[in-house]
Amino acid sequence: MKTLKLVPQKTNLQFIPKRFIAYVISAVLAVASLGLFFTQGLNYGIDFRGGIVLEVRTEMPPSVEELRAEMGQLGLGDVSIQQLGGADEGTDGYDVFIRVETQPGGDEAQEIAKDKVKARLTDLYGTPFDLKPSILFDDLTTPEKNEMVESSIHYVSEGKVYTGFSVRREEVVGPKVSGELIEDGTMAVGFAILAVLFYIWMRFEWQFGVGAVVALVHDVLLTIGFFSITQLEFNLSIIAAILTIVGYSLNDTVVVYDRVRENLRRYRKIPLPELFNTCINETLSRTVMTSVTTLLALFALYFLGGSVIQGFTAAMIWGIFIGTYSSVFIAVPFLLLLNLRREDMVPAEDEE
Amino acid sequence: MGFWFTAPNFLNDDQLVDLPDWMPKQQINLGLDLQGGVHLLWEVDIEGVNEQELVQLRATVPDVLRDAGVRRFKRPVIRNDAVQVRISDSAKVDQAVDALEEFSQPVNTALGTFETFTVDASGNTIEMRYTDEALLQRQSEVLARSIEIIRRRIDEMGTQEPTIQRQGDDRILVQVPGIDDPDAVKALVGKVARLTFHMVDTNVDPSALARGRVPRGSELVNEYPDGREGQGIPYSLQSKVMVDGADLTNATAAFDQFNRPAVAFTFNARGGKLFAEATRTNVGKPFAIKLDDEVISAPVIQEPILSGSGQITGQFTPQQTNDLAILLRAGALPAKLKVLEERTVGPDLGADSVEAGRNAAIIGMIGVLIFIALSYGSFGIAANIALLINLVMIAGALSMLGAVLTLPGIAGIVLTIGMAVDANVLIFERIREEVRGGRAPFQAVEAGYSRAMGTILDANITTLIASILLFQFGSGPVRGFAVTLAIGIVMSVFTAVIVTRLMVATWLRRRRPSTLSI
Repeated sequence: MKTLKLVPQKTNLQFIPKRFIAYVISAVLAVASLGLFFTQGLNYGIDFRGGIVLEVRTEMPPSVEELRAEMGQLGLGDVSIQQLGGADEGTDGYDVFIRVETQPGGDEAQEIAKDKVKARLTDLYGTPFDLKPSILFDDLTTPEKNEMVESSIHYVSEGKVYTGFSVRREEVVGPKVSGELIEDGTMAVGFAILAVLFYIWMRFEWQFGVGAVVALVHDVLLTIGFFSITQLEFNLSIIAAILTIVGYSLNDTVVVYDRVRENLRRYRKIPLPELFNTCINETLSRTVMTSVTTLLALFALYFLGGSVIQGFTAAMIWGIFIGTYSSVFIAVPFLLLLNLRREDMVPAEDEE
Repeated sequence: MGFWFTAPNFLNDDQLVDLPDWMPKQQINLGLDLQGGVHLLWEVDIEGVNEQELVQLRATVPDVLRDAGVRRFKRPVIRNDAVQVRISDSAKVDQAVDALEEFSQPVNTALGTFETFTVDASGNTIEMRYTDEALLQRQSEVLARSIEIIRRRIDEMGTQEPTIQRQGDDRILVQVPGIDDPDAVKALVGKVARLTFHMVDTNVDPSALARGRVPRGSELVNEYPDGREGQGIPYSLQSKVMVDGADLTNATAAFDQFNRPAVAFTFNARGGKLFAEATRTNVGKPFAIKLDDEVISAPVIQEPILSGSGQITGQFTPQQTNDLAILLRAGALPAKLKVLEERTVGPDLGADSVEAGRNAAIIGMIGVLIFIALSYGSFGIAANIALLINLVMIAGALSMLGAVLTLPGIAGIVLTIGMAVDANVLIFERIREEVRGGRAPFQAVEAGYSRAMGTILDANITTLIASILLFQFGSGPVRGFAVTLAIGIVMSVFTAVIVTRLMVATWLRRRRPSTLSI
């Protein structure tokens, strides 16, 4: 049986001779990412910025402009309104995402603001009964019926009750917690990189550790740049995504490094640049295979996994590309820059 | 093993009950984001409790001094988190210190016995300061008591499996699945619900009261007949508590003779006696029922109440009397609580997420299976079987460990599907190389597995490090992701290395092929 091979057997691409092009591209992108981070910044989600998020489903199509105007009048500062899909996508209502920035005045102020938003929604769409259109009017208790009749927005059609809006998700994060979450997130990424540096140092030589960490920092920077330029929401799950990217990119880097170590011991005559190039080419098929399978799973998740984790999967997809690129074009060539010599590796007589 | 622990997840509740005892029954727990529910992070106001304790101490110091025969001293004050008292007669300072030191009873903690507070004299001024050990002890007592009270209150709601746990030094996490109204939970958990009965000062100048002036030994408390936003009616209440809500034995929602919602309560023996005593001596005078910082009602005592039971009426809806009855039965919280973080997911959003996650997993899985089969032929089939076994084992491990599956957790599983084949890819690529290098099938396979092993371990240990850190620093749903990722990594190495090797070796022995198509 003929098997599918994405990378032909006799591949010999010139990665190492072209390394300076990669350096320039990466340096430009990294600097641009930093620049974007400091000028445009990130669209921090509620986890890091604090504030209020409401995901509301309305029975009747909402007017985003009207909602924006109404919410703007509440004096709660920056309120963003976003419509998430529509009733035509097989759902039984219209989903609207409302985000209110952190209110001055500590943790209690957030709660008060949330109540204000809900009260205004009630004015606009009626009481937030948790009733579905499938509920029959006759099944209701008398007080519920009375309330329904009083409220002009609830209407009964063919014995079914149509309700104003229901709250699908509501989150309030106070300033204290959001500050801690930023701290924890930064620490997690920082410690992960340090732990990796240490591990690789133990298993290989210090040049490998530094090379891997340079590649990782590169990945993290470019992911942050990606979030700055797309203005996708940067929240806790994105920290998880970054850590996973770190893990993935490292996985890739370690596989190539492993080959470098093996070949350094095996071929003592070949000049280093040429040897490194061979290593990359030998592992290229595996690099591509694993990236493709991971991307297959991620794209499925991106398109089918729902809106809640779309940002997370977008980050991961970007990270797989960047991580794969960096282990080939940054991690390995950097060993040359760090002056790795054959003598560093060969005397280590721990042949398995 | 994996199948064993995974199997219960395919059954419904009825079938689960019918299983014999030796079968595992543990199903995967769904996180709040998947089954819907309320997540509230509370902060316990320990500072407030400490302040109260200082006020308490300040109030007791004069009695202690007088009992010890020290008669002349200035009124004690609170300064820098300590109580200070100035003794007028220098000769009596030592005597005063001794008396106060004796009053400072030792506390027993797990670490040993410590003084409750230290007593230091400088000149004529004596300073009493709570020790760090006593403060710490108080903090953990307050937290433990708060958790107990919250648990009692939430149990009254009749929900399944709430999570109530301590977080850090002064926080309590409350998670109630299956409820989508955070305000209902907050109304029940966040109220201190300290009920006290006080006599009302009747000889207070109404105009002074309106300006907020009350005599010493009294306090100003408002009644809000139109809700907290409306106009408050000020009362001057005697600070001395007539009867405390802690002396209630029971409270139920009821209706009074005018059919207004009310809460009926019963005192215990002590409370009943105190209440009878107070009502007998004060017929014709008003008393106030105070809940936290507001007066609920201030009726006039018509006749002595000797039965040891009574009724509270106020501006209540039936729902409110029901809640108040629960609060009174469960007892008062020892400290104020404040919401730091609140997250609520409606059950239908949770169900949507489960479905979306499942669809993504199935489609992603099919894509990977096809791709691997195309790439590696019969070896690919072996890898695919390993991948399926891997998935079952992840589900089994999650069930067995009682881990919580969250939406990011599902993402972790889908990601694992993609990454799990990596170990096999490494091995198969290695075998291809060995074949190309001219080795016979048997040796090529053997070399492929053994040579790829080191790489597989290095590569996966680094990812494992990342997921452990993620678990350490992550919170909530992110932790769920870390758990599935870590389990996925361990399982994938196991299945990819052991399971496929077994299959490939068996196949080689049976067929003895002269060339390998890989």
